[in-house]
Amino acid sequence: MTRVHDMGGRFGDGAITPEADGIPQLGDWQARALALTLAAGALGQWNIDVSRHARERLSPADYGRFSYFEKWIAALADLLVETGVLTEEDLRGDGAAGAHPLAERAMKAEAVAAVLARGGPADRPSNVAPRFEVGQAVRTLRPAANRLVDGGHTRLPTYAAGARGRIVLKHGSHVLPDSNAHRLGEAPEPLYAVAFPASELWADPEAPRDEVVLDLWQSYLEPA
Amino acid sequence: MGRRGSLCAMPHDHHDHPHSLLPPDPALRVKALETILTRKGLIDPAALDEIIDTYQNRIGPQNGARVVARAWADPAFKTALLADAMPLLTELGYYGRQGEHMVVVENTPETHNMVVCTLCSCYPWPLLGIPPGWYKSDAYRSRAVREPRKVLAEFGVSLPEGTAVRVWDSTAEIRYLVLPMRPEGSEGLNEEALAELVTRDSMIGTGLARVPA
Repeated sequence: MTRVHDMGGRFGDGAITPEADGIPQLGDWQARALALTLAAGALGQWNIDVSRHARERLSPADYGRFSYFEKWIAALADLLVETGVLTEEDLRGDGAAGAHPLAERAMKAEAVAAVLARGGPADRPSNVAPRFEVGQAVRTLRPAANRLVDGGHTRLPTYAAGARGRIVLKHGSHVLPDSNAHRLGEAPEPLYAVAFPASELWADPEAPRDEVVLDLWQSYLEPA
Repeated sequence: MGRRGSLCAMPHDHHDHPHSLLPPDPALRVKALETILTRKGLIDPAALDEIIDTYQNRIGPQNGARVVARAWADPAFKTALLADAMPLLTELGYYGRQGEHMVVVENTPETHNMVVCTLCSCYPWPLLGIPPGWYKSDAYRSRAVREPRKVLAEFGVSLPEGTAVRVWDSTAEIRYLVLPMRPEGSEGLNEEALAELVTRDSMIGTGLARVPA
């Protein structure tokens, strides 16, 4: 019901290749893609949920064949055109020359440390009362899907849809991605960490006592 | 779609995504977009250099290692860190982008914690820096939740039979840091020496802390 990015529990991906300890070193264009994406975010034309959704809605074929930072740069180009910051002519290389109305917002080198240190907290006051307490049994909605926009962004993975778990942490109220990714408002509501026994999620769990914990918004949950 | 895209509440599926107008080669594609944005004054290439220097040379797992070492050395700090990490991390200067809502989870003989983001690649940047390639790979994202013990084995980690695995799938803006178990033989080491034992992977939960030589 969701999209190709929703791959938790999928079979067939093969072995994992560990890497040396320390700071991972990026190639030149990969580092540039990372920095370009962060700097363009400072133009203030989208939020983190919009940008995640832009990567998720790359076509399944592109999502599969693109490397990690190719996804970032493709989604960035798409977002820049969708928000009207750039035109398709600009991307073709024959756009208008001259200063851009948003140029005064461009992130300056001396502002980088402060912008990164400031971050973008997602907790908000909310008038949605918490329905659940730590220890309470809950069940996730099924199917896993955005209930506001068909095919829209959601953070309930398919593998955890319709599963019974218990609340282990209350995180306060956070921006609801299902709404914010579509510019329908931040719609903050209570967020919980919910633990699911492996036996609830998988047909053949490695160890039934193992657990997976997911952070889930109240509207993804019902009492069980 | 017109020259200026609309901001309507649609999923914005396109059959022809604008990105396909850029050169297909990734290096050329990034260069082209940087050039376009620079010409319009929308980005400052010096700011890009600064971001790259930050995440290639300054912010990395040494930050998280200092926090872990402090927690090993100072029981009151550890108790406070596990109860509410943010005030302490903020005081230490480790607040920032992708680390606004940190929760620290403790490994014990009973429970081994491990972190993944199956939907994208959420990761605690102020404490660990940018994620390693494997953390962002389809294989880790798909398998860590379903077969964490096989994944751990690929990192050379095998857990005692009585230890339960708890995998944290970072589906919101909460970022998790694993507090690994303090290794045998580390008694009497100061914080600086303890931090040398803390690997990046031990704070993601795909590794254990180093045993002192």
